Amino acid sequence: MSMEDLYQEIILDHYRKPHNQAPTLEDEDVHVHHSNPLCGDEMDLRIRVADGRLDGLVFDGEGCSISQASASAMSDVVIGRELPDALDLAEEFRRMMHGDEPTRADDLLDAVAFQGVAKFPVRVKCALLGWMAMKDAIESHQRGATAHTVTHDEE
Amino acid sequence: MAFDVATLRKEFPTLSRELEGHRLVYLDSAASSQTPVRVLDAMDHYYRWSRSNVHRGVYPLAEEATDLYEGARSSLARFVDADPRGVVFTKNATEACNLVAYSWVRREMHPGEAILTTVMEHHANHVPFTHAANERGLEVRHIPLTSDGQLDLEAAGELLADGRVTFAAIGHVSNVLGTINDVATIADMVRSANPDAMVQVDGAQAVPHLAVSFRDLGVDFYAVTGHKMLGPTGIGALLADPDRLESMEPFLTGGDMIRDVTLEGATWNDVPQKFEAGTPMIAEAAGLAAAVDVLTELGMDAVREHEVALTTRLLDALDAMPSIEVHGPRDPQVRGGAVSFAVDGVHPHDVGAMLGSRGVCVRVGHHCTKPLMRSLGVNATVRASVYVYNDADDLPPLIDGIEAAQAFFAR
Repeated sequence: MSMEDLYQEIILDHYRKPHNQAPTLEDEDVHVHHSNPLCGDEMDLRIRVADGRLDGLVFDGEGCSISQASASAMSDVVIGRELPDALDLAEEFRRMMHGDEPTRADDLLDAVAFQGVAKFPVRVKCALLGWMAMKDAIESHQRGATAHTVTHDEE
Repeated sequence: MAFDVATLRKEFPTLSRELEGHRLVYLDSAASSQTPVRVLDAMDHYYRWSRSNVHRGVYPLAEEATDLYEGARSSLARFVDADPRGVVFTKNATEACNLVAYSWVRREMHPGEAILTTVMEHHANHVPFTHAANERGLEVRHIPLTSDGQLDLEAAGELLADGRVTFAAIGHVSNVLGTINDVATIADMVRSANPDAMVQVDGAQAVPHLAVSFRDLGVDFYAVTGHKMLGPTGIGALLADPDRLESMEPFLTGGDMIRDVTLEGATWNDVPQKFEAGTPMIAEAAGLAAAVDVLTELGMDAVREHEVALTTRLLDALDAMPSIEVHGPRDPQVRGGAVSFAVDGVHPHDVGAMLGSRGVCVRVGHHCTKPLMRSLGVNATVRASVYVYNDADDLPPLIDGIEAAQAFFAR
């Protein structure tokens, strides 16, 4: 495998200067904590919902460049979107990680750069960590919950 | 007497491979060792020539298979200085630990008693016993680490002081820190505090690298695995005193482990067969015996000497890099060849990916030691581990790859 297949420049940019990485979010509605037992990565993700839209999202935690960059790219994709739309894009990204061609490539913005990660099965979970945390946060909100902790054995 | 590594390497087909256009540099033997041709041949010979089941056949072919299997038990027993009747074959060290957790801890321990273990245990020597403790209402106490990654025996003394510890589970060599624990001394301490206490040792990282005498260690149970000592996957062993095994209830039940079976129940076979239900791993036993032959020829003192020399070079090389923090003891004499470290500013997964792209195989992650990771205050480490077939040529690709990762992931 080549390092460049996995670590595209766009990914390294998000890793070096992550977007929406912060330990707190003002007026947060839901806080989820996700971990990846394979590599021990941990992620806290917080969302604020207004008028049915993701009004704010921040993530924070320990993780490899793929997990951190993917969460950063994800935040750009979903902030401002209606909750069902954000969930749809999470599913779109998940399918892309399993080798499917994305049908909403334009909406995935920089997250499309992670398509190559599908060729590295052990890193797929890294790329999915932020997306699955976001999905869980929205679903928790829809259930009326404010906090949730998940360990991903299988995504 | 030292052995010639270049000659030895020729016995390992995988080591002749190239990966990504680079010489394969295998520094992950603490996870699983490479397999020499002699081990492959021994397994192949069983399947091609002596293939039949063990113990029950009266025809010569079955006797051959039985001899292979029981001969392997004797070989391993000699290698670790144990009574062959006290060598129970299992599928790995984890199963050996579970045997003890089910047939001893769950049956013989009672609420109010405590288990003594350490924060550096592999999950194999941790989860079976905490699981049993939670079910049985037992307390679990953990020996903490000193700042250089050794067990704090003074603290252990305090944990033993009330005499309520009736079982201890201790790793012989840490798969992360490399620390060689003085299990004989700890066993003495445990029994001084409570003469009836039992001591269980996880030897998965010890038997491949050190001359181990089960008799001299003076412990009650000792878990062994084959695939880290040049043997195949799918075979390990529990070492114990045969009389102790005789007194215990079986773990897994079924064929081969019985003396008589009625519609209502069964009586048990002699040890060790009492603990080996069903058709065992016959080819793997033959392979393990061949691995024992290879290690015996090299000589475990020579193996240890080789690894101390190489580990010294590895530690020196890592020490010379200002952005590397090595976890665990620095003195090669008190540690094995598994060396874990952090690379400042680069996540272990990213270091591992860079090294992998250069043909260098190291382990990254928590190494099945999550409590230890928490104690070290990290989520994961990079671990390079050396074995008999590694040599000084394996170190520059590791060091160069780490430097490349630092340059690539610089923020």
